[in-house]
Amino acid sequence: MGSFSDLALAGAFMAVLGIALAMLLAFANRKLYVWEDPRIGEVEELLPKSNCGACGQAGCRDFAEKVVGGAVIPAQCTVSSVQQRQGIAELLGVAAGTVEKKVARLACGGGHHVAFLRARYAGLRTCRAAAVVSGGGKECAWGCLGLADCETVCAFDAITMDRHGLPQVDPEKCTACNDCVEVCPKGLFSLEPVSRKLWVACKSQADGDTAEAACEVACTACGKCVADAHPKLMQLAGNLAVINYDWNDHASREPIERCPTGAIVWFEKPDRPVKGAAAKKILRNEPLPVLH
Amino acid sequence: MKLLSYFRGEAFQRGVHPPSCKLTADRAIRRLPFPPKVTVPLSQHIGKPPRVIVRVGQEVVRGQPVARTEDWLSVPHHAPVTGVVESIDLRPTARGPWAPAIVIRAHPGATQEDLWGQPRDMAGVGGAEILQAVWDAGMVGLGGAAFPTHAKLSVPKQAKVHTLVVNGCECEPYLTCDHRVMVEEADYLIQGIRYAMRATGAVRAIVGIEDNKPDARAAIRDAVGRAGKLPEGEIFAELVPTKYPQGSEKMLIMALFGVEVPSGALPLSMGMVVNNVGTLAALGRLLPAGRGLTERVVTVTGSGVARPGDYRVALGTPLRFVLDYAGAPAADAMDARQVILGGPMMGQAIASLDVPITKGVSGVLVFRREDMAERESRQTYPCIKCGECVESCPMGLNPSALGMLAAKREYELMGEDYHLGDCFECGCCTYVCPSNIPLVQQFRVAKQILREQAVA
Repeated sequence: MGSFSDLALAGAFMAVLGIALAMLLAFANRKLYVWEDPRIGEVEELLPKSNCGACGQAGCRDFAEKVVGGAVIPAQCTVSSVQQRQGIAELLGVAAGTVEKKVARLACGGGHHVAFLRARYAGLRTCRAAAVVSGGGKECAWGCLGLADCETVCAFDAITMDRHGLPQVDPEKCTACNDCVEVCPKGLFSLEPVSRKLWVACKSQADGDTAEAACEVACTACGKCVADAHPKLMQLAGNLAVINYDWNDHASREPIERCPTGAIVWFEKPDRPVKGAAAKKILRNEPLPVLH
Repeated sequence: MKLLSYFRGEAFQRGVHPPSCKLTADRAIRRLPFPPKVTVPLSQHIGKPPRVIVRVGQEVVRGQPVARTEDWLSVPHHAPVTGVVESIDLRPTARGPWAPAIVIRAHPGATQEDLWGQPRDMAGVGGAEILQAVWDAGMVGLGGAAFPTHAKLSVPKQAKVHTLVVNGCECEPYLTCDHRVMVEEADYLIQGIRYAMRATGAVRAIVGIEDNKPDARAAIRDAVGRAGKLPEGEIFAELVPTKYPQGSEKMLIMALFGVEVPSGALPLSMGMVVNNVGTLAALGRLLPAGRGLTERVVTVTGSGVARPGDYRVALGTPLRFVLDYAGAPAADAMDARQVILGGPMMGQAIASLDVPITKGVSGVLVFRREDMAERESRQTYPCIKCGECVESCPMGLNPSALGMLAAKREYELMGEDYHLGDCFECGCCTYVCPSNIPLVQQFRVAKQILREQAVA
């Protein structure tokens, strides 16, 4: 009969232990409870969950917390659709608001057909790796290397390399998530509101003759655009035309018209840069040879 | 002092034995004439660029300071030639991005004497004054890293240095500039070692020389004998086995003392400071004369030049001028891809021949087009996990795994779990890789990205 009493003892012990632990858990549940707004989870469900960071927050969860807290408005998630934003706004009883759409824009127009190479780069096929080797093969030290790091990094498939080795941004797909801005070793991308239609598609700080010898569409800092633009809108700095977007309301197509190389462009539509009437016509399609 | 590790035949573990190709080891250093124009980039060293103190159109004499700095991790620059400041502007650099530089047009027939600086009596000058003098001279490590020498020689209060290690290994194939400096300027080298010992408080100095340069050791021992008993302490010259990368400071300490500098630590933590022979010989030459660094010895060699040799070159001399003088093919018959700045293992391919010789350039390698064509046609294959790179890495890393992580852009993992920070880009892994994988290039990119993330 000893075995039965052992069994009973063990059973009783486990029962007491179970009750004690259950009480501990119940106590902890009361005392250590953290109330969380259930709407955070609901808002997170309505977000695209790409964790891209385009909103400036650490991720979708962080954004959801800030939206519920009222720190940001639903429209600041530029990746979500209008319906999703409206859904969040209705859930929280706030206005979805509007945020001007931004797109990534490339400050370079030097594809292989207009920009010379000074050396043929034969190493790893990424822009980062090429930039480590003496800045890559482009004659222009500021120019796009064309090895598609931005295309690779874009999670929204918004960037494709065109036949001249320049990235083209699809403004419909671009969510302004900043990934291409960070990956480009030459720092050519920036996020610009679509209302900024006047654009300098060049970053070369070399003097005019040197810049034009390296690339047919370089900004030579001739100053015609500055002369034609509203006096506060444009100026020359570091051998480049620079636009002060504080005066963007005064922007017009006028400054691009006399640009001899076509470095100053006007985005008639977000995906369609237009060159001025005086810009030299580029009829070449094949790549230029290697200099030196 | 017994250096047992050498007699046991051990250097450091792993490493490689590339052919030495020291074509210019027995040729005396020759002086190059001034080029018509020199380009002095403001940023020739690790640290902030100094500030320009001359104007365009101003006449400067050789040795006159043209850029000055108050920032500790920065050095001043001196006019390498007598002439007129033509422009202060962005100029191409070997690294790629254009950077601010002072262009000086040399007066035709200007003397190569230094016309600036007051000789000073260095006897009994203390450590702090020596550091200031080193800083004023614009000295950086001439071995290639171009780290400001005064910062390297200054010992923090809590640390104590007992040994000055003088690096005369020159393990890179082809390069002989340090070798020639040891043979021809041993007396200057001893002077420089004495100043460095005073500045750091070291009580002994050991010159480590690879055993393929016995004449350099003989020259230094002779010079030590001539100098007699020194108040700073004893100077030894010791041979270490010839093996690449023996000239890395951690490898050299391993070969001389049989101790390992821990991962992430500096030799300073073990009471040692390591300096290159070229740097110290320059100190011995410049400090008593009160002059700044205006020239350096550069090895110009390779199958593509008719007159290979070690040349004393004014800083800022365009590469094209140096190549022309050394008998490289005419400009239209050669291109930048035949040229490497530095040694073949750690040097850098360049994309333009218009870049200047700077303080950190120890060699210019020029190859014939035929030699390059064979190399360029090599194909890259996938990693076959043969382990050759693991067998060769002197730091005991796993380059194969690092390479695969780099291909997947797992940079943080590389830094945290695979000790990417210990890699000093010696190139052994890439040298032995049968699949021709450009491992070091991947690591350079990864390290650059990690540095950027650390700043952001």
